[in-house]
Amino acid sequence: ARALTPQTAETDAIRFLVGTQSLRYDNQIHIIDFDDENNIINKNVLLHQVGEIWHISTSPADKGVLATCYNKTSDSKVMTCAAVWRMPKELESGSHESPDDSSSNTQTLELLCHLDNTAHGNMACVMWEPMGDGKKIVSLADNNILLWDLQESSAKAVLSSSAALEGKGQLKFTSGRWSPHHNCTQIATANDTTVRGWDTRSMRQIYCIENAHGQLVRDLDFNPNKQYYLASCGDDCKVKFWDTRNVTEPVKTLEEHSHWVWNVRYNHSHDQLILTGSSDSRVILSNMVSISSEPFGHMVDDDELSDQEDQHQEEK
Amino acid sequence: MAEVEGTGAAGSPEAGTGTTSSGWRRPHGPLQRYYGPTAAEAAEAAPDPTDIDGPHFDPEVFLAKVRSECPLGQLLAREAALGREIRALDSDMQTLLYENYNKFISATDTIRKMKVDFRRMEAEMDDLAANMSAISTSSARVSAALQDRHRRGAQLAGVQALLRKLQSLVEVPGRLRRWAAPGADPARALRCHARARAVLRHYRHLPSFRAIEDESHAIMAELARRLRARLRDDTLDPKELTECVEMLLQLEEPPEELCQEFLSHAGARLEAELAALEAELPPAAPPGAAAATPPPASDILDFVDRGSSAFVGTLCLLAASYRSLFAACPGAGDGRLEAFAAALTARYFGLLERRLALERGLGDTSLLVRALDRFHRRLRALLELLPAAGAEAGAALVARAARERVDRYLRALQTFFLGCLGDVRQALAAPRPPGKEGPGLPDLLATLASSVLGQLKAVLAYVQLFTAKDVAFASLPYFKGEFCAEAVREGLVVAFVRWLCRTARGFADGPAERGAPAAPPALLLLLARLCLDYEATTVSYILTLTDEQFPPQDAGPAVTPGPALCAEARGAAQRLLDHYVQVQGAAVAQMLRKSVETRDWLGTVEPRNVRAVMKRVVEDITAIDVQVGQLLEEGVRRAQSSDSSRRAFSVYSSSRAPGRYAPSYTPSAPMDTHLLSNIQKLFSERIDIFSPVEFNKVSVLTGIIKISLKTLLECVRLRTLGRFGLQQVQVDGHYLQLYLWRFAADERVVQGLLDEVAASAAHRCLDPVPMEHSVVELICERG
Repeated sequence: ARALTPQTAETDAIRFLVGTQSLRYDNQIHIIDFDDENNIINKNVLLHQVGEIWHISTSPADKGVLATCYNKTSDSKVMTCAAVWRMPKELESGSHESPDDSSSNTQTLELLCHLDNTAHGNMACVMWEPMGDGKKIVSLADNNILLWDLQESSAKAVLSSSAALEGKGQLKFTSGRWSPHHNCTQIATANDTTVRGWDTRSMRQIYCIENAHGQLVRDLDFNPNKQYYLASCGDDCKVKFWDTRNVTEPVKTLEEHSHWVWNVRYNHSHDQLILTGSSDSRVILSNMVSISSEPFGHMVDDDELSDQEDQHQEEK
Repeated sequence: MAEVEGTGAAGSPEAGTGTTSSGWRRPHGPLQRYYGPTAAEAAEAAPDPTDIDGPHFDPEVFLAKVRSECPLGQLLAREAALGREIRALDSDMQTLLYENYNKFISATDTIRKMKVDFRRMEAEMDDLAANMSAISTSSARVSAALQDRHRRGAQLAGVQALLRKLQSLVEVPGRLRRWAAPGADPARALRCHARARAVLRHYRHLPSFRAIEDESHAIMAELARRLRARLRDDTLDPKELTECVEMLLQLEEPPEELCQEFLSHAGARLEAELAALEAELPPAAPPGAAAATPPPASDILDFVDRGSSAFVGTLCLLAASYRSLFAACPGAGDGRLEAFAAALTARYFGLLERRLALERGLGDTSLLVRALDRFHRRLRALLELLPAAGAEAGAALVARAARERVDRYLRALQTFFLGCLGDVRQALAAPRPPGKEGPGLPDLLATLASSVLGQLKAVLAYVQLFTAKDVAFASLPYFKGEFCAEAVREGLVVAFVRWLCRTARGFADGPAERGAPAAPPALLLLLARLCLDYEATTVSYILTLTDEQFPPQDAGPAVTPGPALCAEARGAAQRLLDHYVQVQGAAVAQMLRKSVETRDWLGTVEPRNVRAVMKRVVEDITAIDVQVGQLLEEGVRRAQSSDSSRRAFSVYSSSRAPGRYAPSYTPSAPMDTHLLSNIQKLFSERIDIFSPVEFNKVSVLTGIIKISLKTLLECVRLRTLGRFGLQQVQVDGHYLQLYLWRFAADERVVQGLLDEVAASAAHRCLDPVPMEHSVVELICERG
C-alpha cells in the first residue's frame, strides 16, 4: 500500500485510511482505528473495485467523504484517475465493533463523482482545501494543476480553474500540498527537483525553489503553525526545511536516511516533530525544536527523538 | 779543647785576643738581630746544642752525646780532628793580626798630621767672618737707598695692568659689535661677553662701567634677537639649529622657552620630512576604492631607506642635541622630548604602515625583508637614544608586516591551488580526440600534488627570509617563537592544508546541488585521492619540513598536531569519495529511472534484445571502473563461487504461481507467502544504499552499483507491467547480473538487489509469465 491518510474531519478518534495496491484482486480501503488508551487497533474494510490506490485524501469537513487516485488498467493502458467517494454512514466514525473475519461483510464505497481527467493526464494526487467546507479540491495531473468545485453535495465536480506547467521536456507533478495558511490560497507542488508555490486565486506561480533536492522531490508538507515553513524530501536521501520567503538556501537539512525519502509529515500540533519514511526501510521521527514554533528548550525531552524502528513502511 | 772554645765565645767578649771565633761572631750578632728573618730562622730551627758551629752550642750536651754515642775509635779520631782544627784557627788569627797592625800605624800618623793643618784653618775662617759682616752692612745701606724707588715701580706696573683691563672693558662693546654683526662670528662675541660680564656686573655701580654694560647688553640683546629670528628660519639644518640654541642658552635666554622653540622647529623640520615621505604615497583612498591605486613609484626598500635616513636620522640628531643642550635645564624635563618623539614616530609608523599596505603583490620578499631590516636597525638606534619613542610599536609594525606577508602568501597559495584545480578541470573537460588518451588521472594527480607541494616549499623558503640570521629583527622574541609557530606553522601551513581540505569538501558539500556548476566526478575522485595522500604522507612531510625550517619553541603556543590535520584530510577524502559514489550512482540511477519511467511497460512487445540503456549502464560502470582503477587500489572482494554468474534467475518463476496466493486480502489469510517473504526480507541483512565507502576500487564500484540497482528496484515498483514488460525486466536483470558482478565486492549484493527487482516486477505484473531461463541467457549472450 502506498496510500495512507488521517481522517481529517474526525477530531476525537485517531483514524487512518489506507488504500491497497493490488493488480490482480479487488482493492480495498482499510479504515484503521487506533485506540491509544487501550492500545488496540481496529480495522474495517471497504471495497474499492476500480483499481489500485496510489493516493488517498479525506475531506476536512465531512468524515465520510474521501478522494482517491487510482490506476485503471484497460487493455495495455494504465490510466490514473481520481474520484470522490462516500463511505457508508456506519463506518464514518468507526463506532461499531469490527465484524469477525468474514469477507462477506465488506461494504462498498459510494461513488460521488469522477474528476474528469481525460484531457489532463494521470492524476498524481488530490488535495482538499485544508480549512474549507469540503467543497474545493485541487488535483495534480501530469503537468496541470486543476482546481475543482464540488457541487450538489459533492455529486458533481466542476473544473473551476487550472494552470499548466510549461517547460522543456515532459514535466510531471509528483506531489503537492495545500497550505493551511494565508486563507488557504497557496499550494506547493513538486516536479522533478523543483518545488513551486502557487496562488489558487490567480493560479500563478508565486515562488519556485529550483533544485530543491539533488534528485526527484517526493513529498512536501507545510508547517501547521509557521506559515512560511515548508518541509520537503526526495531521492537524495535528504529532508529539507524551507522558508518560502527566502528560497535560495534551505533553513535546515537532515540527512538521516540512507535511501530515498518518500514522505514527510509534520505533527499537527507539535510542529517540531517530523516523521519521514524512506525506502531504506526506516521511519524516522525527528525533533526539530530549533525551527519549530515551540519556544526553544520548552519541550521536556529535547533530544532528537530518532525512532529508528525498522518498520517496513510500504509493505505490500 | 771544645770546652775552652765554648766559654770564650759565650762569656768574655772583650778577651778578644784569645779566640777567633768570638771575634768573628761579634759584629754579626747585632746584624743578625737586626735582620729579623735570620734570627727568626735560627729560632725556628730547633736549637741544636750539638752543632759545634751553631749559636746554641752546648759543650756539655755535645760531650755527653759524643761520649754516649760514639765508639772509642771514633772518639779518638774526633779528638784528633778537633785539635787540628784549633791549631789551624790559631795560625789564621796571627796572620790577621800582623796584617792589621801596619794599617793601624799609618792611621796614627795621618791623624797627627791633620791636627797641625786644622790649626791654620781656624785663622782663615776668622778673616772670612769679618769680611762677610762688612759686606752685609754695605748691602743693607744700598737696599735702603733703593727701596723707595722699587716701591714706586711696582705701583706703576699695577696701575698699568689695571689700565689695560679697563681699556679692554671699554673696548668690549666695540668688539661685541664687530663680532655680533650679521655674518660675523657670534660665537666669539659670546665668549668675549662671557668674560666681561662678571666684571661688569661687579662694577656696575660705577656710572662708566654701567654705560659699558648697558651697551654690551644692548648688543647682546640684539644678537639674541637675531639668533631667535634665525631660529625661526625654516631652512636651518639641525646642526645650525643646535649651534644657534646653544648660543642662546649662553645668552641666558630662558631654557624653557628655548626648549619649546627648539622642539617646534625640529617638529616643523621632521614634519616636512614626513610630508615628503607622504607625498610618495598615493592619497589615502577610501576603503573599497583601494583596489585601483596605481603601484607606488619607488620600491619599498627605497622608501624605507629614505625614511630612515631622512626622518629617523634627523630625529636622532635632534634628540641627541636636545639632550646635550638641555641636560642641565630642569625645565626641559625628559617627558617633553619623549612625547614629542613618540608623536612623530607614531606618524612615521603610520606612513610606513600605509606604504607597507601598498605592497599588495607578492613582489620580492627579500626586498621587503631588507627594507624591514633596515627600518628595524635604524629604529633601534633611535630607541637607544629615546627609549620611549615606540619600541613596541616598531616591533609590532615589523611583525605585522611579516604576518601580513605570510597571509598574502597563504592567499597566493590558495589562488595557486585553485589555478591548478582549474587546469585539472580543463584537462578533464577537454575533448579527447578519439584514439588518443588525454593525460591520465594519475598524471594529473601527480602534477597537481607536486606543483602544490613545490609552491608550498617555495613559499616556505621565502618566508624563511624573515627569520634569517643576518636579519636584525629575526632575533626579536616574536620572530623566534610566535612567528614560527603561529604565523608560519599555523597561519600558513596548517591554514593552507585546512583550506585545501575545506575546498575539497566544498566540492562535495556545496555547489553540486544548487547553483554553481557541479564538479566533474573525475575531479572529485582526484581530490579524494589527493586528500588521502595528504593524510598518508604529505601532511606529516609538510609539518616536518616546517618544523625544521622554523624550529618551534618549547614553551611556544600550542600548535595543531599532525594527526588532527591528517584526520581532517581523511574526513575530506571520505566525504569526497562518498560524494563521488553518489554523483556517479545518481547519474547511472537517473538513466535507469528515466528509462523505466518513460517506457510503456504494459504494451511492450516480446523482448528480443537487452535494452540499450542497460548496455549503456554497463559501459558507464566499466568506464567508472577504469577511472577509479587509475587512482585507487583494487580492494578486497569476497570470495565467490566460480559459477556465480550462471546462477539461475528463477527465484520468482518457481514460487510465484498465482494459485499460491490467498484468494483475497481478507483478514482470514494474513500470512500469505508474499507477506512472509516481506517479513523475511525485513530481517535479512539490510543493504545500506548511500553508505560510506572505503578507499578501494571495489568498494566504490559496489557503492555505485548499489545505488543504481536500488533505483531500478524502486522505479520498477512504481510501474505496472505487462507480460513482456516483465520478461524485458528479466532479460535486463540477467544482463546486468552477467556484467556487473565482477565489479562488486560481494556478488550477493548485486544478486540480492536484482532478485528483488525481478520479484517486484513479477509482483507488479498483470500477467506474470516469466521467460524461459535459457531464452533469457540466449538473448543476453547475443546482446
